[in-house]
Formats: sequence, structure tokens, C-alpha cells
Amino acid sequence: MTAFAHQLFSGLAMGGIYAILALALVMIYQATHLVNFAQGEMAMFSTYIAWDLIDRGMPYWAAFALTIVVSFLGGMAIERLVIRPFANAPVLTIIIVFIGLLLIFNSVAGWQYSYTIKTFDSPFPARSWFGNSFMSSHESGAILVTFAVLALVYAFFRFTPLGLAMRAAAQNPASSRLVGIRVGWMLAIGWGLAAAIGSVAGMMAAPIDYLDPNMMLGILIYAFAGAVLGGIDNPWGAAFGGFAVGVLENIAGAYFVGPEIKLSVALLIIIGVLVARPSGLFGRMLVTRV
Amino acid sequence: MTPMTIVSREPAALPAKPILGLDARLWRRAAWALLAITALGLPFVASGYHLFQFSQVLIYAIALIGLNLLTGYNGQISLGHGAFFAIGGYTTAILVTKLGVPYWATLPVAGAICFVAGFLFGLPALRLGGLYLALATFALAVATPQLLNYKGFDAWTGGSQGLLLSKPYAPFALPLSPDQWLYFFCLACAALFFWAAANLVRGRIGRAIVAIRDHPIAAETMGVNISFYKAMCFGVSALYAGVAGALAAIVVGFVSPDSFGLFLSLSFLVGIVVGGLASIWGVLFGALFIEFIPNYADQLSDLFGESAKALPGAIYGVLLIGLMYVMPGGVAGALRSAPRLFSRLFSRAKHG
Amino acid sequence: MISRRTFLRASAVSAAALASGTRAALADNAPGITDTEIKIGQTMPYSGPASAYGVIGKADVAYFKMINEAGGINGRKINLISLDDGYSPPKAVEQIRRLVEQDQVAFIFNSLGTPSNYAIRPYLTENKVPQLFVATGAAMWSDPKNFPWTIGWQPNYQTEAHIFGKNIIATTPNAKIGVLYQNDAFGKDYLIGVKDGLGADHAGMVVKEASYEVSEPTVDSQIVSLQDSGADTLLIAATPKFAAQAIRKTFDIGWTPVRYMTDVSQSIAAVMKPAGLEKSKGVITAVYGKDPSDARWRDDAGFKEYAAFIAKYMTPADLIDSNAVYGFGTAATMVQVLRQCGADLSRENIMRQAANIKDLELPMLLPGAKINTSPDNFSPIRQMQLATFNGESWSAFGDLLQG
Repeated sequence: MTAFAHQLFSGLAMGGIYAILALALVMIYQATHLVNFAQGEMAMFSTYIAWDLIDRGMPYWAAFALTIVVSFLGGMAIERLVIRPFANAPVLTIIIVFIGLLLIFNSVAGWQYSYTIKTFDSPFPARSWFGNSFMSSHESGAILVTFAVLALVYAFFRFTPLGLAMRAAAQNPASSRLVGIRVGWMLAIGWGLAAAIGSVAGMMAAPIDYLDPNMMLGILIYAFAGAVLGGIDNPWGAAFGGFAVGVLENIAGAYFVGPEIKLSVALLIIIGVLVARPSGLFGRMLVTRV
Repeated sequence: MTPMTIVSREPAALPAKPILGLDARLWRRAAWALLAITALGLPFVASGYHLFQFSQVLIYAIALIGLNLLTGYNGQISLGHGAFFAIGGYTTAILVTKLGVPYWATLPVAGAICFVAGFLFGLPALRLGGLYLALATFALAVATPQLLNYKGFDAWTGGSQGLLLSKPYAPFALPLSPDQWLYFFCLACAALFFWAAANLVRGRIGRAIVAIRDHPIAAETMGVNISFYKAMCFGVSALYAGVAGALAAIVVGFVSPDSFGLFLSLSFLVGIVVGGLASIWGVLFGALFIEFIPNYADQLSDLFGESAKALPGAIYGVLLIGLMYVMPGGVAGALRSAPRLFSRLFSRAKHG
Repeated sequence: MISRRTFLRASAVSAAALASGTRAALADNAPGITDTEIKIGQTMPYSGPASAYGVIGKADVAYFKMINEAGGINGRKINLISLDDGYSPPKAVEQIRRLVEQDQVAFIFNSLGTPSNYAIRPYLTENKVPQLFVATGAAMWSDPKNFPWTIGWQPNYQTEAHIFGKNIIATTPNAKIGVLYQNDAFGKDYLIGVKDGLGADHAGMVVKEASYEVSEPTVDSQIVSLQDSGADTLLIAATPKFAAQAIRKTFDIGWTPVRYMTDVSQSIAAVMKPAGLEKSKGVITAVYGKDPSDARWRDDAGFKEYAAFIAKYMTPADLIDSNAVYGFGTAATMVQVLRQCGADLSRENIMRQAANIKDLELPMLLPGAKINTSPDNFSPIRQMQLATFNGESWSAFGDLLQG
């Protein structure tokens, strides 16, 4: 039974990270109806920035905060400089641009920082009240951070004027413009927020996963699965989906199909959910008028 | 929610005015003739290595036609066609190495198996809208190497080591080297599949699948069986990818799980967008791009010094984004608008 | 119709043939050999999932630069063309063909990757191009009868696992073994090797095998499954990142099996430190070289030579990278072979000399370990020594074993 508990808890630990990244994906989806394939690589690059700062002597939380700010600005810059020119391009062209971004971030990280793995320290002390034999304190800490991020994002969208403006811009750009909302800048802020959230996911993943340029691809797939499972237009759903996928892949890998094809489990989840309930567990059902 | 725009709607009309005295139809004929002469004459001037590369270009072209049928003409985005390419490749490899089937006979088998696989994948895919299908096929592309590595299949697939195929020699004692023969073999297959696709697209079925892409609801009310056509389209595109994979296994002489990673599937998508969606002949440019530009990026990165060995990926990414900016409709899209631009230039010159 | 390129090439060749009348008197040197240059080629995964190994190529190039600056070999400079294959075998085939047919290299040196080398071996064998010191530990490279042009370098994974298996039987004959392995040629070779080393009558000792993919984020789930199986001995056939995760997780869940680990991940800096020095105590590995991050070699002459090379020709971060040590070793072996060739740099002679290395000692090999090859022995390094991690460095025990 303890083995099952172990699988469950380590599933929740990684699930928290999938949840954060899924949240970033949802942010961009809600604003643009596009899925950013480069989200994982951007998160990885942010984590390298954090590592670089800590390596130069900055204390952890200062580096953490600075990385979030830098990622936010970077996300905005990418939206304005790289994505904006393609605003009217066909969807597939934009997907190619995402693929290009993915390659660029991956290569530049490898070039700048080389491919040997780097240690990224956890901000949580090795022995603390929330660590136990099932989850290290970092893993528990990561789950707490997930909830904190979720709460902050929810509060931002629900209670602040800027959040309201962003929601309006995503739902109905034309009317928002009429009311005076700068829709273009709302998009940029959306990207910035997604990049910032992604950087948190990366910084939480790195102590468990060890930092190297190819760290995030596997995590991205699971985050996709989680976002799809929970509903790609619902932040809470996506977070739930992330946790669920984390647990499911561990349990399936340990007891049902063997670890060899865990990734295929993610694939099956995606397809299965989409076939049975296309909008995910908690997404809005879309009705097309004929 | 409006249906996603897959392709920008540019009318592909012929310009009315002739250019340089010849009308567009004759320009097209001339272009095809030039292409045919180049393609047929290549084996006699190019070295074995270059022929190998051009055979790859032809193979990619076949796969890209298949993907273009599905994504360009029918609007279903697939980021996972590397999986069908892999199934075709492994089918050929297993048939040749384990069952002693002659290599040319494996092509129809690979095609048939992939058609069935594609059709079966297309059925649940019917319920997936564009973006979700992209996600599902992305996951398929990532999962493919893992599935190929599965130890349960080891006896057949050769596991992570892969399977080696011997190089076929020219039949009937033709005075051709294996490289030349394989090139012609690929050329013949490519010509056949090009012709088949062009006919398909121009006919009733082609109109039906384009209608499904642009106005699914109207098409349905007109009596087009959407489910059937969409699944068929998936099957046919998988067939093309499978045959391409089979040819690749023969030309490279090797298959392994590492040969079919995520980058391959992404390259296919890049290929059809660069070549131009919904364009059969555009895939040639796409195939040339995905075969040669990575090497070119590699050489460019040398300019940054020895430590820049990791940089080619970034250069490739930059080239990609730049190309998309300059030619959002791909090469075919750009060439389509070229005659108009050209004739406008000339008419302006005429009118002083 | 002859293309301009063919015409130019033909004229160049005939001009060279006319001009080099005296050269023709010696045995035909391999293509790529001129009076001033030895041109050789390799493919390395500089991009893609295996890019960490690109440092080997970097070290090879740097080492030859060092040799060239000291005058080269018999007056010739070594020009290593190192191309990226992204760990994709079709790409490797393409690049190798380019090196052989377009760049006209003398031979292929130290290309990396089991699938890639496996894919190009038939082509190189058919064209009689030496495929020297392939950078993989698969067992198949030592087959002089069928593949006389291909030779490996490092002790292969099966040999190593074999040594582990024998040690397990000798020390803990009733052990229950769990194996964590990477789901590719490298990991699977280990599995075969350990079962081979245990022999048919002890095959039942392996109670659980758990594999993982390189693209997976963690192996925590596999470790938990392995613990659940009741194993008390764990064989970790994993690359550095996953080995570190495995070591850390076994400690964190309070499981204390006897841990054997592949030498691929023996770097203290890259594996033991990230995992946690305390958590890594007791891990056993088999070494054939010196770990540059191990303090016990600090005053060793061989290590100092290596450190000087890194300081001058590579970046400081490369010092502790075991891939740099690897490249340092293979390149040195290559230089020895070329020196042995003397004036005859034909492909046949190069291959003959590669199969004729006697008692070569290298700065970063274990003291006493020697490289030997002969026409029936295509495994240059066969000696390894078991070592345990004591929290600070590796302490060797037992003798230099021959696999």
C-alpha cells in the first residue's frame, strides 16, 4: 500500500508542475485561441536566467522575483515583436512561428549554457514541517506554490480592473475597443503573464528534474494533456487536469501498462477525453449556430 | 466562434495579360518541362551523395503531398505524420529483413497498412476541432519513438538498435549504380503520386474536401458525407506518408526509433507551410527546404565560431520565422501572386 | 552533358596526377591525405536529445588543435570535420556520405551513437573506409571477422554489467536485483549484460526491470515500483541526469539497496553532487578512467596534463565534464595510431595500425590500465576496477578486472 501512496504523491508533486504550465497555456489560449507550443522552452530559458543570477551570487528569492519580472517583459516583447506581425496570418503560419520559437529558445539555451545538467537549488529547506518520506519538502512546496499561483491569477482576473479588461478583450475584442480598452496591449500583457507563470513552473521543476535544455518537452506534453483534460479555457480545470495527469501517468505506468509507454498514456488521455467530451471536464460547451 | 482560418483565401486566378509575350499557361508548361529535364538528367551529373539527398527530397515530397491533402485541402491539422512515416518504414523493413519480401513489393503493403491506420486514427479525430487535433497529433509524434522502442515488439522491430536493409541493385542488369537506380525509383513513385493527387484535387472529391474545410455546414447540407470524407482524407494522407516512409527505409537502408522523432513530424508541417498550403507542386519547395536548409543553417553557425555547434537550430528557427513573414502563403502563395505583381509592373512601365 | 563541376573536378584531378608524379611512387595514401594535411570526419549529436555528448566532438577538435600547434604528425596537420547529425540515423548516413564522397576524408573517427554507427557501418565496410574508435559502448563493434574496418574504444556496456553481475554473485549470492534502464540501445545492453554475467542459473535474481524514456521528466515512479518489488540490489543503467534522480529518490523514500551504477554517470560533479553527496554514499561503479572531479587525482601527473589541456583549449566548465575526458582519450589514441603509420597513410595501413596498439597508457586512464588491440581483438580497453563512493570520492577496491 505504501508503494501506491508513493506513486500517488510523486504523481501529485509532478502534477503541480504540469498544472502551473497548463495554466500558462490556458492564459494564452484564452487571449488568442492559440496554443503556444513554445511555452515549455520559454519556461526553460527563464529557469536558466534564474540559475545564472543565483550562480552570480544573488539570493534565491531575489533571483526568483527578478526572473518573473524579466520573463513577463520578455513575454510581452515576444508578443509585440514576433507574434504581432502575424496577427492576420493563417493559423498554420502562426503555428510554424511557434515551432520556430521553440527551436530558437532550445538552441540558444544549449549554446549559452551547454548541455551538461545544472543543479538548481530548492528554496525550501531540506527538512521542514511539510516534508515527509512520501514527498520531499520541495515537492510539497511546489504544490503549495501551484495553489498560490492559481489563487493570485484568479484574484487578478476577478478583482482587478486590468484583469477585467483582459477578460473583455479576449471575449469580445470589437466591443472592448469601443469601450476604450487597448486590445493589443491586453494581448501583450497576456503573453507576459503566461511567460511569468511558465517561469515559475520551470523554477519549481528544475530542483526535481535537473536543469538542462531538454528539460521541458516531456513536461509540456503532460501539461497539454492536463489542459485538454480539464478544459483548455478554464484555469481551474487546467490545474485540476495537471494534477490528474500527474497521478494517472504514475499509476498507469506502475500498475497497468509499464513505464515503457507512459507518454502514450498521455496521448490516450488527450484523445480519449477529446472524443468523449471535447471541451474537457470543466470547459465550456461550445455550440455552433447553423 | 468562427471556424479557424486555415488558409488565407487568395484567389488563384490566372492573370489576363500575357507576360513577355507568353501567357501563363505556356509559362507553366515551360516550368514543368524544365523540371522534368532536370529531374531526369540529375543522376548523370550528380554524385552518389547528392543523388541520395535528392532521393530524400522526392521522398519528403510524397509525404508532404499527403499531409497537404489533409491539412491544406481538408483543413485538419496534423503534427504527427511522422508516426505514419514510421509505420511505413518499419513495415518495409520488417517485410524485407524478416520475411524476405522484395523491396518493391513492400510499397503497396506499407501504403495499405498506413491507410487503415490513418483511417482508424481519423475516426476519433472527427470529433476534434483544429486545435485539439493539432494537440492530439503532437502527442502522437512525441509518443512514436517510445512506442517503437516497446520491448514487446522487439523481436520484430529490432528494438532500439533498429533494422538494416541491404541496398538494392538495379534490376535487369541496367547500367545504373544503386544510388541512380533508387533515385529513378523514387522519381517514378513521386511522379505517380503527384499525378494521382493532382487528379484527386481537381475532381469531385477534391471539391468536396475543400468544401468541408471552408464551409462544413453548407457542405453537409449539400449532401457531402463529412465523416466519410474526413476519415478517408486521413487515410489517404497516411497512405502517402507510409509509402514515403517505406521508400526512406529502402534508400537509407536503416530504420530505428531514433529515426522518427518529433523533429521529423514538425519538419513535415514546416514543409507544407513553406511550400504553400493547398498546392500540390508547392511541396517541391517545401521538400527542398526541409532537406537542405538544416545543413545550410549548420554551415551558417560555423560563422559564430567553434562553440556555436548548438546554434543551427536557432538559425533554422529564425529563417523559418523570417520566411513566414515574407511569404505567409508559402512559396506557392508567393509565386501565385507573382504573375499579378509582374504584369502590374509591366503595365505600369507601358503606361509610362 | 558534363556539368561545370564535373569538368573542373576532372581537370583538377588530372592536373594533380600529373604534378604528383613522385607521390605516386609511395603506397596510395587515403583520400584527404596531402603533404600538409590529414583530413578526417565524424558525426556528433550537437543538437537534439543527446546533445550533451557534443562535448566529445569539441574535445576531439581541441585536442587535434593542440597537436597541430606542436607541429602536427610527421609534418601534417590533422583537420577534423565534425558534423551534426542530431542523433538521427538517416541524418548520420547523409553526413557520413558527405564526408566520404564530397569532403573526401581519410576515415571516420569517433562518431557517436549506437543506431547511427550501426546504420553507417555497412556503407563504410563496403567502401573500405576505416570506422575508428566509435563513441558507443555497444557490444557489437568488436567483430573483426565480419567488420574488419570498424573498431570500438571504451569497455562495452555488457562487459561492465558482466563485472557487476559477477560481483553480485560473489558478495550477495541471494540478492534480488532490480534494474532501472534507459529505454534505448545503451540501457538495453546493460540488461543483457547483467543477465549474461549472472548466468542462466542465477537469472532468477532479477526480480524487476523498469525502463524510462529520455524525454520523461523524472524516474521517481520507476524507483518506487522497483522498491515495491522487494529488490535489495539496484542496477542503475542511466545517463547522468536520471542517475542523479534515481540516487536521490532511493534515499528520499528510505530505501537502501546496494546500488550499482554505470560508469557513464560516474562524474561526481554531474551526478553525485546534484543527487546529494550524503545520499550517494555506497554507490558502486566500475571505472576505467579518472574522474576529473575526484579529489584523489588532484596531484596526479596525468590529471595535471589533462587540466592544462582544458585550460588552454576548452572552457573551464569542461574540466569536470566526463565527455571531455573521453574525447581527450580517444583523440590521444588516434594520434598514436597516426604516428605508428609513419609514411604510409593508406586506409589499409591506418586500419592495420589501429589493430596494432600495444600497451598504450593514457594520462586519464586508471594507473596500470593499458590499451591493446590485435587483429582478433577489437576492444581497445577491457580493464575496469570497481569503486565505491564514500561521500567525497571514489575509493577503488579489488583488482583491475578484465571484462
